[in-house]
This record gives sequence, C-alpha cells and structure tokens, in this order.
Amino acid sequence: MTTYSYFPGCSLKGSGRAYEESLLPVLRALDVELEELDDWNCCGATAYMAVDEVRACVIASRNLALAEKLSHKELLAPCNACYLVLNKTQHYMKESPSVQGAIQKALKAGGLTCKGTQPVRHPLDVIVNTIGLDAIRKRVRRPLTGLKVAPYYGCQIVRPYATFDDQYNPTTMDRLLEALGCTVVPFPLKTRCCGGSLTGTLPEPGLHCSYLILKEALRRQADVIATVCPLCQFNLDSYHDKIAGKWGAVRIPTVYMTQLMGLAFNMNERELGLYRGFIPMKPLPASKPAE
Amino acid sequence: MDNRDSQEIRIGFYICHCGSNIAAMVDCPAVAKAIGKLAGVVLTRDYKYMCSDPGQELIRKDIAEFKLNRVVVASCSPLLHEKTFRGAVEAGGLNPFYFHMVNIREHDAWVHTDKAEATEKACALSRAAIRRVAKHKALEVKRVSVHPDVLVVGGGIAGIHAAMTIANAGRKVYLVEREPSIGGHMAKFDKTFPTLDCAACILTPKMSEAGSHPNITLMTYSEVAKMDGYVGNYTVTIKRKPRYIKEDVCTGCQECIANCVYKEPKFRDEFNEGLGKRKPVYIPFPQATPQVVAIDSRTCLNFKGGVLTDMCKKSCVAACGEKQAIDFTQQEILQEVKVGAIIIATGFQPFDAARIPQYGYGRYPNVYTALEIERLVNASGPTSGHVIMRDGTEPKSIGIIHCVGSRDQKTNRWCSKVCCMYSLKLAHLLKEHTGAEIYNFYIDMRTPGKGYEEFYDKLLEEGVHFIRGRVGEVTDWAASPEEEGKLVVRVEDTLAGYVRRIPFDMVVLATGLEPKSDAQDVRRLFNMSCGSEGFFLERHPKLAPVSTFSDGIYIAGCCQGPRDIPDTVAQAGAAAAEVLVLVDKGYIEQEPNTAFILDEECCGCKSCIPLCPYTAITFDATRKKAVINEALCKGCGTCVAACPSGSIVQNLFEDDEIFSEIEGVLAHD
Repeated sequence: MTTYSYFPGCSLKGSGRAYEESLLPVLRALDVELEELDDWNCCGATAYMAVDEVRACVIASRNLALAEKLSHKELLAPCNACYLVLNKTQHYMKESPSVQGAIQKALKAGGLTCKGTQPVRHPLDVIVNTIGLDAIRKRVRRPLTGLKVAPYYGCQIVRPYATFDDQYNPTTMDRLLEALGCTVVPFPLKTRCCGGSLTGTLPEPGLHCSYLILKEALRRQADVIATVCPLCQFNLDSYHDKIAGKWGAVRIPTVYMTQLMGLAFNMNERELGLYRGFIPMKPLPASKPAE
Repeated sequence: MDNRDSQEIRIGFYICHCGSNIAAMVDCPAVAKAIGKLAGVVLTRDYKYMCSDPGQELIRKDIAEFKLNRVVVASCSPLLHEKTFRGAVEAGGLNPFYFHMVNIREHDAWVHTDKAEATEKACALSRAAIRRVAKHKALEVKRVSVHPDVLVVGGGIAGIHAAMTIANAGRKVYLVEREPSIGGHMAKFDKTFPTLDCAACILTPKMSEAGSHPNITLMTYSEVAKMDGYVGNYTVTIKRKPRYIKEDVCTGCQECIANCVYKEPKFRDEFNEGLGKRKPVYIPFPQATPQVVAIDSRTCLNFKGGVLTDMCKKSCVAACGEKQAIDFTQQEILQEVKVGAIIIATGFQPFDAARIPQYGYGRYPNVYTALEIERLVNASGPTSGHVIMRDGTEPKSIGIIHCVGSRDQKTNRWCSKVCCMYSLKLAHLLKEHTGAEIYNFYIDMRTPGKGYEEFYDKLLEEGVHFIRGRVGEVTDWAASPEEEGKLVVRVEDTLAGYVRRIPFDMVVLATGLEPKSDAQDVRRLFNMSCGSEGFFLERHPKLAPVSTFSDGIYIAGCCQGPRDIPDTVAQAGAAAAEVLVLVDKGYIEQEPNTAFILDEECCGCKSCIPLCPYTAITFDATRKKAVINEALCKGCGTCVAACPSGSIVQNLFEDDEIFSEIEGVLAHD
C-alpha cells in the first residue's frame, strides 16, 4: 500500500467531481491511498499567473508547503492546470532567487516553509509508470473490447515540461487505454488547445477550439474521448448546444481515463460519476452489440 | 657561439605586443623594464610582432652582437610559435633549447580585464622564465624512422579518394571498410548537385580502381579493433568479420543468390534504406566493390540452429559448385598491420527523423527521409526509379521540409550545410519524375558554393515553390474536404505573415548530418578529441584542418563535420598530402623532452614500469636497472614523479628548472 499526498484543486470538488469520484476508488483498487491536504487553497491556475507571476507562485507554494508537512514522498495533482502550476512554481523557486525570497517571506508569515523539491505527479504518470500496466491488466475484470477511444491529453500535461512523455506526441494514455482493452484511434489533436478559459471570456474562438477536437474525434469514428484534465472535460462536454448552433452538431461523450478504468475494473457506473456528463456515454461496452 | 651549459649566463628578453592582442591589456614596455633589472638579463626589447621576419631577425642579430646565450620570448601560446622562435635561436647559432617561451596572450592578456593586474602577471611569468632558462641545457633532437605504409579507415568517397591519392604516389595503403562494399553514402545518391552528374557514374570507376589498385589492400566487412604505437610506427589490429565467402575465390556470379532457399527477397535491404528487400546471401548493390557476395548470419537459416538449420538446403553451396567459395565455418579473424600514418574517414549518420515526432516519420507511411528519396528516384533503386509511395500511388504534390535535425535547439544545433542544396536537387528530380507540385519549407536558403546559387535560381524558374518558415507539424487532421486523405503541413509563412495549412500526397524530410553513434569509441581507439557536437576535432580550425591532436593521425570528410562531396574530396586530398609529407620524409624529429634513468641511482624496484602509459620502460635483468625507450617516451612525466629514489629525470623538466621557475613566480625582485 502506497500513500500519496493529494491536492484535488477546485475542479475536482465542483465541475470535475466525476474525476475524483472515479480516481479514488480506482487507485484504491490498485493499492494506492490518497491523503488530502488539510486546508488547501486555489492553485492560482493560468489566470493568476497571467496577472502576477510572483504572487501566483506564492499562492501555489502554500499547497506545496502543506504537502511537505505530511510524511508522504510525493504529491498527486490530477488537474492538468494544478499539476502545471505546482511544477512551474518549483521550477521558479529553483531558478529565481527573487521568487524564492518572496515565497519564503510570505510563507513565514503564515508559519510555513517550503523546499520546493517534492515530486508533484499526475495520476496518468503514476498509474502507467509507477503502478504499471501489468498491474492494471491484472485488475481488469471487463475488458472494454471494441470501444473506440480518442485519447485527448490537453496542452498543459506535456508543455512546457515534458516530464514523463513526449511533448508533441504523448502516448502514455494510449498504452493505458490499450491495456483496458480499448481500441485507440490515431488522434493527431491529442495535445491541441480545448479552448481553455476562453470559452468563458471569448466564447467564439474558445468554442471553435472545442468544436475542432470533437469533430475530428467523430471523423476518426471514436465512441468516446478520454481525457485527464477537468477543464478539457468541461469544455468538450458542456457546450454542445452552442457549438451545434454555430457550426453543426458534433455529439460525442468526453470522460475521464479513470472512469474508463473503473468500467474495466467492473465498478458501478453511477459511483464512477458516469451519469454526470451532459453527453452520456451510452451504450456501455457490455451492452454494445458485437461488431 | 658558446653552447656549453656552464658559462656566464647572458639572457635576451623579448616581449611581443601581438598588435593590440597583448599590448591592449599588458603594459609591454613596463614588463621589459622590470625584467631588464633581473640578474643575467643583458638585453630586453618590446616589439609589435615578434613572429614577423624582422622580429626573428632581431633575435638572430642580438645573439651575435650581445653575445646572448639564453633567449626568452613572452608572446602567444608555444603551440603556435615555439617552433618559430627555436628556429630563430638556432639560426643565431645557439642550441634551440637555450630558449623558453612565456604565454602572456592566452594565459594573460585574453583572460583578464584589469591592465595593472595583467601586467603584474606578465612580469611574474616572465621572471619565472628568466630563472628557468638559466638552467636550460643544450639538447639534441632525435630522429625516428616512419613506416611507409598507410591505413585509411572508412571507404566512403573521402577514404577512397585519400587511399587512391596515396596509392598513386607509390605508397601501400590498407583501406578498411565496415560494410561489405566500399562506396559509403555517396553510392546511395542518385545525382549530385548542382551539376546533376549521376553519382554512381562518377563514383563507381573510383571504387573499382581502388578495388584493383596494386598498392591498395582492401579490407571490407572489417573494423579496427586496436591501435598501438606512436607516430610513424603504428601497429593496428583489424577485426575481419566472417562474410562466409572466400573473397579470393568468389567471382560475383551470384548463382548462390539465385538458388537461395528463400525464393523471394525477404529481409530489410540496408542499401535501399529498407525500401526494398534482399536475401540472406546478397550483394549490396550492382557496382559493389569488391564484387563478392556476403552471407548475413542474422538472417541465414543455416545459422538459426535446430529445425531451421535443417530447413536450409545449402542450395547456395551446390550452386557455387566446384569453386567452393562458400565457407560456413569462417570465424572472425584479427589481423595486424604496421603503418606509419592513419587517415580517419568514418563519415556521418543521417539524423533519425523519428526523433521529431510532430513530423510523423514512422507514423505516416508517405513521410520519407531524403536518403529514401535518393533510392526512390534511382534507376537501380527498389522501384527502378519510379516514384511510387508506400501506399502504391504516385504523388501529385510533395512538401520538402528543410532543417530536420539541424539548426534546432532541441536536437542538433548546427547547420548540416548540405540539406538546402540536396533539397533543391531532390525537388528538381521529383518534379522531373512525377511532374508534381513541389514546395520547399526553409528557414534560410543557404547556397554558397560554385554554381549553387545559380541552381537555386534555376529551381525558382522551374516553378518549385519556396515558403520561408519552420514547419510546425505534419498531420493527417483534415480541416477541409480538400485535405481529406492528405498529409497537411502546418507552417507559419514568415514572409506572408500568416499560418498556412498546405495538403500534400508526400512529405520529404531533409534530415541533417550528425556524428556516427560510435564516434566516441573511434575517438578513444585513435586517441583523438571530439568537439562539443561530437564530430572529430581538427588540430586547428583554420591552419590544421585535417590534422588531429594525435601526431600521424589525420581526418577527412564528414567525420570532422558536415560537408558536401567537393569539400570532402578536397579534404581527403589534403589529408593524403599530409600523410605523404610524413612518409616520404621517412623520419620524424622527436621533441627531446623525454625521461632518462640515472643508472647509478636506479635500485631496480620496477615501480615505474607498469605506470608508463606508452610501455616505454623495460627492465634490464642483467644490470637490474630500468631502461626507457626514448622513441616510445612521450614525456608525460609519470615515471619521474613516481620514482621513489628520484633516479628518473626528464629533459626540459629537471627539478632545478621547475624549482627555479616556481621561485621566479613567487619572487618580488
């Protein structure tokens, strides 16, 4: 049994709660426990970084400091934005004495310190590279044979820091999905922007980004898009009516990789949060007619 | 002149301005003035260029006029001008080793920013030299004979040209090539730029001439395993891999190939970049030299063992008949050769295009490397010169992407120098073969060279399109109906100022040139150095471009850096000339900085013997003394430092010379 410190970030408690609902039981089934940080705060995300980098780093570093107080070796951050911001903060701490100084000063006021050296990891990395595909294959009870999946990684998991996969053509999730029995369709847009927060601020170009991804997944005859980021999932799942009104319908469900893992592990669909999406993933693999 | 060591010391000191190289940071007259006050110094001069003829003349005249018997020059690195000044001293009638040189340029002026401190350092270094030179002894330069034979490693165009030049001058050459045939990369090319000569037509006559030249011993399918010895007298061990064919018996009739149990070629054809297939018994290409088949033990059934071996009917042996050229019992052989000089011409490897995944090589079948296209347009290639893509169709539109693995911070930072020109050539050939629309995507067009820019102009007139911009990606993501089923190149057109998507049937990646993957092993084998990018390092980038830091070892061709065929041939000729200078002279002069044993003090403990990196020390059992072979000694000083009884002394590095030097640095007079 391994335990990781766990920084859920705001999405996994709100719009992306299906991610947490599927992540926790799936990891438990693989003998991994998570200990959620006590009193964690906003990671700063992309929005604050754009306004004031130093303060954004200070905010993020408080979470790193809380994690260092726990006895676990590594911190798990499932949201791509949190994952990137926490890693970026550690890079800035290492490279910029002035950022390091501002961080330590601010944390000291709150009675904290932060070394900034604890590994911050994404569940995709932990599941495939630490737990390993052999352990996954052993746990599969209901292979998702015949399910055609478009693997969609989003931009932040491999850029700018490609810590565990190729920056342009990541394949970690492809291999995971294959281990679950899925058919992975070649998906050239796997790291293209989903629209990010533009969908809220400048909807037209933002939604068009989502539209291109959805359309290409359909063109590749995928049944479902698998993602590892709550903002990607939200953008690809939530605006279908608006997108249909502007450029035509491109209805295809977008789910978390952990939900597909849960299905393959034969877990309960409702408990995996599979009914929370706007575009439901149906019919499920077991009831799919054989091709 | 008085060349006895024991006499009144009369030193002349010269400090060089080196234009402003030294004078800008060191107050040369002040140094001369300070040194003039030292004991034994009878003359000081500061001069703008000591290495010039008038500078050297000064030394010569002063020796006579002022009866100098020691000379110190403070100037640049001894690597550059020690020889010059020793020559001037000798011309003045003194033993050349009554001279010492102080490096106040590289060691002082160039690396300091405070003139007062740099001047003080120049004084200290010069003081040390003055004290040292007083202890110098007259020494004699020894001559060592040079073995007249030469080894050339690598049988590409560089190695072939160098070997032919030396052989034509009447010297014996061993030409060692790793592959079953000589020819290298040039043999794979279709045409050469900018003249569009057929590469095979100009190369293969040289290949067969090299193969049959009475002065050339061709050793293909062979690699150098070990090198011992020193300049003029190398012993090289060559590993001859078994090709399972008696080279002297095989006539190249190819009956064995026709009768192999594999009726159809099945295995990756390396010569055709994997676009074609070959059998386990094969000749790499029609003009291969030597015209001798090879059996590949990795694919031949006979070597598989068990049932598979039984399935091999040895039909090749039967087909060979009475000649009995096939010999499955051949083993690897180690062969020793003695040579005086060595030319390394081991070439390059093309950049692995799969390292840039966004260009889709290996993922999209219709993405090709440039070298694959060379084979595809070649009449003796896998498609007999018809440009048929992996999906069986002929392309109607082709995009050529430049700088793949060149000028790239993430992969290789250098410009590979030949890709702009070969991309133009391939554009021309592909247009000629297919009539397709052709686009070149370039960062900068680099076409310096005789007739190169004119060739570029010609391509512009032929209607080939040129778009300036580094390609972002090659994708099969179709954003419009006309992109369906195509490879889409996404690129920022930096001249038009917008991002474009252009669909193609075929994409060609102009892969760069990089050091061979085993360049570091070869470097160690021949005691050479590599630059930061991994190509072999020349002794001087301007003035010794084919020499290395190992005397007697020369480099030619792309192992030293990317270059085209004309430059390679020129460089191979230069390396051959350097080698001929060495072997035709017949001897080399050895720096007398060797170590010697003080016989009366040596106790015969043998501590020094295993320490010598050049195995120059042996033990005389009758006298119970160590003996140093002067010809082998490189003057490293290891034995001197290690001798427990202090009975090993090294010329030019005797204890009192070194201690006097240290005292000079530390003195405040």
